[in-house]
Amino acid sequence: MPKAREIVPGSERKYGAQYKVIGKNYQTADLYAKVTGQAKYAEDFRADGMLFCKLLLSPLPHARVKHIDASEALKMPGVKAILTANDLPAPADSLTDLGTVIKANPRGERALTNEPLYQGEPVLAVAAVDEYTAAEAIEKINVEFEPLPFVLDPLDSLRPGGPNPRVEGNVWDQHQPPPAKPGERPASPPPAEVAELKWTSADFEGAKQGRLPMGKPTDDWSYGDIDQGFKNAELIVDESFVTPDTSHQTLETRSALAYWQNGKVYVHTGTQSTVQTVPALARWLHIDASNVVLVSEYTGGGFGSKVTAAITAIIPALLSKKTNAPVMMRITREEETFIGRGRPSLLGRLKVGFSKEGRITAVDMFVICNTGPYDAVGDAGAAARIVSLLYQPPAMRWRGATIMTNTPPRGPQSAPGGMQGIVMMEPIICKAARKLGLDQVAVRRVNCPEGKADFGPVQNGKRAHCTSSFMKDALDRGAEQFRWQERVASKPKRAGSKVRGLGVSLSCFFGGSTGYDGLFVIKSDGRIAIPSGIGNLGTESVIDCHRVVAEVLGVPWEKCDLTWGNTTQNLPWTCVSGGSQTTHAMTRAAHAAAMDAKQKLQEIAAKKLGGKPEHYEVAHERVFAKGGGAGMTLAQAAQHAVKLGGKYDGHEAPPDVNKYTKASVAALAGQGLVAVAKDKYPHDGTSMSFVASFAEVEVDVETGKYNIIDFLAYADVGTVIHPRALGGQVLGRSILGIGHAIGQKWVFDPEYGHMISRRFYQSKPPTILDVPPNMQWAALDIPDPETPVGARGIGEPPVGGGCASILNALSDAVGDDVFRRAPVNADTILTSLEAGRPMQDPLTAHI
Amino acid sequence: MAVIRDVMPAFQLLQPTSIADAQKILDQYGPDAWVLAGGLDSFDWLKDRIKKPNTVVDLSGVEELKGIRETGQGLEIGAMTTLTEIAQHPLIKAKYSLLAQSAELVASPQIRNQGTIGGNVSQDTRCWYYRAGWPCYRAGGNICYADTPVGRNREHAILHAERCVAVNPSDTAPALIALDAKFVIRNRKGERVVNAEDYFVGPEIDITRLTVLQPGDLLTAVRIPATWAGAQFYFEKVRDRNVWDFPLMNVASAMVLSGDTIQQVRVAVNGAAARPLRLKAVENAIRGKQRSIATAEMAGNLAVQGAVPLQFNAYKIPLMRNLVKRSITGVQEATWAS
Repeated sequence: MPKAREIVPGSERKYGAQYKVIGKNYQTADLYAKVTGQAKYAEDFRADGMLFCKLLLSPLPHARVKHIDASEALKMPGVKAILTANDLPAPADSLTDLGTVIKANPRGERALTNEPLYQGEPVLAVAAVDEYTAAEAIEKINVEFEPLPFVLDPLDSLRPGGPNPRVEGNVWDQHQPPPAKPGERPASPPPAEVAELKWTSADFEGAKQGRLPMGKPTDDWSYGDIDQGFKNAELIVDESFVTPDTSHQTLETRSALAYWQNGKVYVHTGTQSTVQTVPALARWLHIDASNVVLVSEYTGGGFGSKVTAAITAIIPALLSKKTNAPVMMRITREEETFIGRGRPSLLGRLKVGFSKEGRITAVDMFVICNTGPYDAVGDAGAAARIVSLLYQPPAMRWRGATIMTNTPPRGPQSAPGGMQGIVMMEPIICKAARKLGLDQVAVRRVNCPEGKADFGPVQNGKRAHCTSSFMKDALDRGAEQFRWQERVASKPKRAGSKVRGLGVSLSCFFGGSTGYDGLFVIKSDGRIAIPSGIGNLGTESVIDCHRVVAEVLGVPWEKCDLTWGNTTQNLPWTCVSGGSQTTHAMTRAAHAAAMDAKQKLQEIAAKKLGGKPEHYEVAHERVFAKGGGAGMTLAQAAQHAVKLGGKYDGHEAPPDVNKYTKASVAALAGQGLVAVAKDKYPHDGTSMSFVASFAEVEVDVETGKYNIIDFLAYADVGTVIHPRALGGQVLGRSILGIGHAIGQKWVFDPEYGHMISRRFYQSKPPTILDVPPNMQWAALDIPDPETPVGARGIGEPPVGGGCASILNALSDAVGDDVFRRAPVNADTILTSLEAGRPMQDPLTAHI
Repeated sequence: MAVIRDVMPAFQLLQPTSIADAQKILDQYGPDAWVLAGGLDSFDWLKDRIKKPNTVVDLSGVEELKGIRETGQGLEIGAMTTLTEIAQHPLIKAKYSLLAQSAELVASPQIRNQGTIGGNVSQDTRCWYYRAGWPCYRAGGNICYADTPVGRNREHAILHAERCVAVNPSDTAPALIALDAKFVIRNRKGERVVNAEDYFVGPEIDITRLTVLQPGDLLTAVRIPATWAGAQFYFEKVRDRNVWDFPLMNVASAMVLSGDTIQQVRVAVNGAAARPLRLKAVENAIRGKQRSIATAEMAGNLAVQGAVPLQFNAYKIPLMRNLVKRSITGVQEATWAS
């Protein structure tokens, strides 16, 4: 067990040599409030006359509400109102920016339900003067449920005659509308329906031996000639592997406070995305987006579970309307475990062919995804695309089946699907390298992507490609820093009952989107006011992205005033902070707005001082004639901008920015030089970030207990914007992945359909003492060629490598045949070593 | 009526400042009174509204129950002494380091600051069915949910299960058994002293409780005799994570050697059964033997005789065998024969 802990700077490297602001560490504007406790999260707000509400959760995994008797509860002094599914507004359709209507699915998840589809699903809510009263009121309510058949394990549901999680079946069936006639807009697809998918008994042969059955998939694609690929293979490895269901487990639960003022609803809640939570709340409440105000200054973690907050946030809003009082809903840890989303377990089977040099010749991948009772998550498909990119098989077939069950709803969790794909693929690479007598780093080096690498199937005549990959460099530099060769050569394999093992893993995930708006104001005192529409979800991108403005304009960061966390603050249209897109998307938008400011400053200078705009340059808080001469301060230029009006002070907005941005520009008009622009920088590929992960573990083979001795993640994320925040993400998200290797899981009782791992001591998220005290990270700092600042996102790319490097180190220590599932604990290791063969059935869910 | 968890209900809170007052209150309220020590076990039950006492008797203000005193016969530790204090106490570290080691491996620093020795040995089991309020044998029902054909039981018992398969989660209990500690219990009739291993009960004696404490009983102190002061000790706890977790299993041994010969020895394990087990058969078998790998292996094999695995906890058998073996050799250095 690690003893002394010391703070290690992570990386000795200096970043941003060619920049003044970018690549430098600094203190973010929200830091002081966070470390002193002054930061106000949703639950910290109070409002006059505020009521509290509590939820009644379904005790059954699938049932129909027959009757609710709340008479005793409503008689209690202090109880103000009850809200049931019957009080919810009908689900609203939504409209995309392109004008396409997305029909609301009546079978989708709602905030409360009359047909709970998992144990713990909210059925009703009670508002009262305090939580004690509300909780007592819940206990006095009698709900008569009609139990319905349920299923927790997708394989059970796929068996012939197996139970269905929903009355109509176990899979989504999306009918596509007929193709549009030329010149017409394509019709909106109808809402997906629920259908039934069952496999045959023959499909299940081999399941008893732990081999994943492969029946009819719900989705599939392929490219290349896999038959030829396997024919050419020197070695074929065919393995099943199962990854765990895990909670997102944000430290801040999805509490919410809501009240109505002048026809607008004010909602305080944690979210990953300030701006785009407004249309989500409007849709759930079925009201106009202009009547929604979101306050979300600080969010205690999201990891994909709060991309646009949570649908349950409308419960206090509706109770507030009913009671004409503010209503606070504090979500407890147990409630969060049920409603807080989870990563789906993937059951995978991969057949992979290798040449004798270790180059992959073909991959045949089958994945079953346990998506819970509602929306189909995209993990099964993402797993395949990431495998296709990261290991570059020349031929690949993917088949996937996303199956509904009566377990809590899944959502995207840090590297959704990508993490599981890597975790299923990596043990196979390890095994192949051992069989072929190849070094583990070397075998990854011959397979990993380089440059604008293609991935996935052919779509619209071509395959997707990443914008750039320097995976090989990350692997080489990482191996050097980790002293991989030295450790392999000198490793004392065994000392007493302790065995050491080394693991390396490739890792990657999506890292950027495009097309959002940048907006800021140069005030008449020369200070820069930047409204940030990014959610403050803990990554610091809410602030970091705007450093680009200071860099481009040559303004000291101290003169930039950032506001965030409140949609009354005239924010620009901003990406959701999901899919690790923010740093890429919003540094582009910030760059576009900064270039707009530069252009306007040059034009103002030319107007006032003569000459042409291009004769002026912007630096040192001034705009001045190139080579010296006439100029003015930014403050003077801002004053001129107000006098000039029009586009200069926001009285006109560019036609191509989002209507949300236009409204903000109109509200800011006249306050100074308004810089606003849409990101239209060219971008052809898919922005992906890459990480090489290295780990060493020590296993005690007499107890099965192991410790992680060392860990390094070497990242290829383009230009480094803020090293400290980047290091926090690289290591923090590696630990998220490590949690999946070392113990985090959901456990259910299959007889009763109840989750029994409801608390942290049962679901076992990783702790800081489970990772080595001197975890290391570094980044290549090579700019991405398809984005002006060169930066990509990093939140998710390290997750898969965090998990897989540990699993690989474990199999190096104790052998390939000890585990076929994650997490791996003392029980897994000890039982298999004792028996001399893998003892945990990989296909039994939720143990 | 619907169930709601994670919201503590109202109760009457009484905070006596002396043992006598505490005793009076316990007599007055009988089974309606809930004794609160550090609160780590109690607050879970109360917040989940599974145990709903109308009166909680908080002992944190009773100074007589706190502190570590040297007596003529050894040490007396007040039941309300925190685990941190025990883990850091110079005398305990010097003479009874087995106890200090076990206390230091409980949960986390914050929990050890709040948790007490009395609470640690008196806490209830952590069976995830029972703690979730399922109406099992232990909760007065007539089924064990962990011991069904599909029940989830990786952390459950391999020995002495009878209807209930829950295990005792205490880390200090086996150390106290190995040190031959005496537990001092007071009630209206007076004071009685029980041996550490007799403080704990299995389901065959009482399926609804883990200790001999009855309503009105108060554990006031733990006495450690000087008999084992400075003996050779071994403690090891195996848990999933390096902090917070209850033991999958732990082992404690105290040994007096003459040369290489084991003269006196006491060994106990926890996490294997509903009570911490003193391994008397092992002690008898190795007393007088050479302390050697062979003796240790024999001890390990003997320890797990009669162990019966459930569907998901078969690993506990080699785990217990190896831990007992190590507790005799005193080191973690046995070779893995692959």
